[in-house]
Order: sequence, then C-alpha cells, then structure tokens
Amino acid sequence: MLEIAFWIIAIIGVVSALSVIIFKDVFRAALGLVLCFISAAGIYVTLNADYLAVVQILIYVGAIGVLIIIAIMLTKEVQLGNLSNKLIVPAFIVSAAFLAVLVYSILQTAWPVTDIAPPEVTAGTLAERLFGENGFILPMQIAAMLLLAAVLGAITLVKEKKE
Amino acid sequence: MNLSLEHYLVLSAVLFSIGLYGVLSKRNAVVVLMCIEIMLNAVNIALVAFSRYVTPLAMTGQVFTLFILIVAAAGAAVGVAIIISIFRNRSSINLNDFNILKW
Repeated sequence: MLEIAFWIIAIIGVVSALSVIIFKDVFRAALGLVLCFISAAGIYVTLNADYLAVVQILIYVGAIGVLIIIAIMLTKEVQLGNLSNKLIVPAFIVSAAFLAVLVYSILQTAWPVTDIAPPEVTAGTLAERLFGENGFILPMQIAAMLLLAAVLGAITLVKEKKE
Repeated sequence: MNLSLEHYLVLSAVLFSIGLYGVLSKRNAVVVLMCIEIMLNAVNIALVAFSRYVTPLAMTGQVFTLFILIVAAAGAAVGVAIIISIFRNRSSINLNDFNILKW
C-alpha cells in the first residue's frame, strides 16, 4: 500500500518539476512548482514525518508559492515566456552527468539502515529536540533573527526611493 | 518490493538534477528562483529519508529540514525583493541583461 502511494506521489513530483522547466507559460510553471511542493509533502507522509508535511504545505505552498506568483505578476516578463539561454546543451550535459554520478554513488554505498520503527507522532519528539536539554534552542533564536533581517531587507529593497 | 532508503535518495537526486538544469539554463530570474526552491525541496526529501531510515529516534534530519525551511522562506523573500527592485531599475528580469556588478 505504501509502495503504491510512494510511486504515485514520486511520479507526480518528478512530472511537475519537469513541467517547471518545460512549460512555455511562466504562470503555469509556477502552478507546477506548487504541485511539486504538495507532492513533497506527500513524500514526507510516507516517511512518517507528519509535522513536517503540514509545515511544508503551510510554508512552501502557502507562503513561497504565493510570493513567487506575486513576483510573476509584478514583472512583465510573462509575455516573453519561459525562455532558455544559450547554455541548454552544456547545462543538460552537466546535470545529466551529476545525476548519473549521484545515482551510482547512492546505489553503491552500504547505508547503515536500522530496523527500529519510527514514532507514530513526531511533533512531541521534534519539540523535545528543538527546545529541550542539549537541543537546538540557540539556532532557533538565530533563525528568528534571520527571518527578521530578511523581512526588513525585503521591505527596504522594494520600497520606493524618494528623490 | 519494499521501500528502501535508496528509493527516496534516487527521487531526491532526480529532483535536484531537474532544478540544477533549470538554474543553469533559464533566462527568467523568477524561473531560476523557482528551480532553486526545487533543489532545496530535493535536499529536504533526502534529509527526511535519512532521518527515517538511519536515526529514526533522534530525528536530527527533521530538525535540519525545519531550519532549511526557514532559510528557504527568508531566501525567497529577499530574492523576490531583489528581482522586483532590479525590474524597477531596468524594466527587465532577463538574466543576460544583469551586468550591473560588472566593472
């Protein structure tokens, strides 16, 4: 059952990621990107990561998807379409070679896989890891500072300059 | 056929290569930003798969994925702001026209 779900979600994810680079219409490419994010959330569900699946839909589909669609609407390049530059052939060769090397090394490595069943609900364990003893509390606060800096920087960059 | 770690890693490698091709070959800055998000997503899938199959109880991979989510959101916000700002100055988001930093 889980295998069938994995294969369906994986095929949807790869096809929608391909649609981002194939579609001529940039807006349709953005919708393909949103579908790719949703399929990644489905992959997380098959990996017993329920909290991350919800956060993926909230942040990627909700925030980043809307941000990118707004960026497409604010810039008038949509009429020109999803063009490629002169580097199609070198880019294809580089990414295909990279994929071949990656798949070869993945299949050749003996991964130290364990048979321990993962916990059913991950939110509590994740909170323990993030905020508990010997956890990631300092990186969490630095991440908050990073978000604040990013929001302030984005506002300053977009603000209309007065002469 | 049972699912194994390799399935997820190969899926993540395929998504990462698609994103890499888009970043290298696209002319529209927004599409390049979208392909960078695909690459970040592929890395997240690999990290969650490692967390599920190698350290299922420690969950360090999922914590890393949370931080990557935060950094990706910050990166997307600043990236879109830079693209809109450049579009305002040059009325184009064609990456071939961006030679402001050249000297």
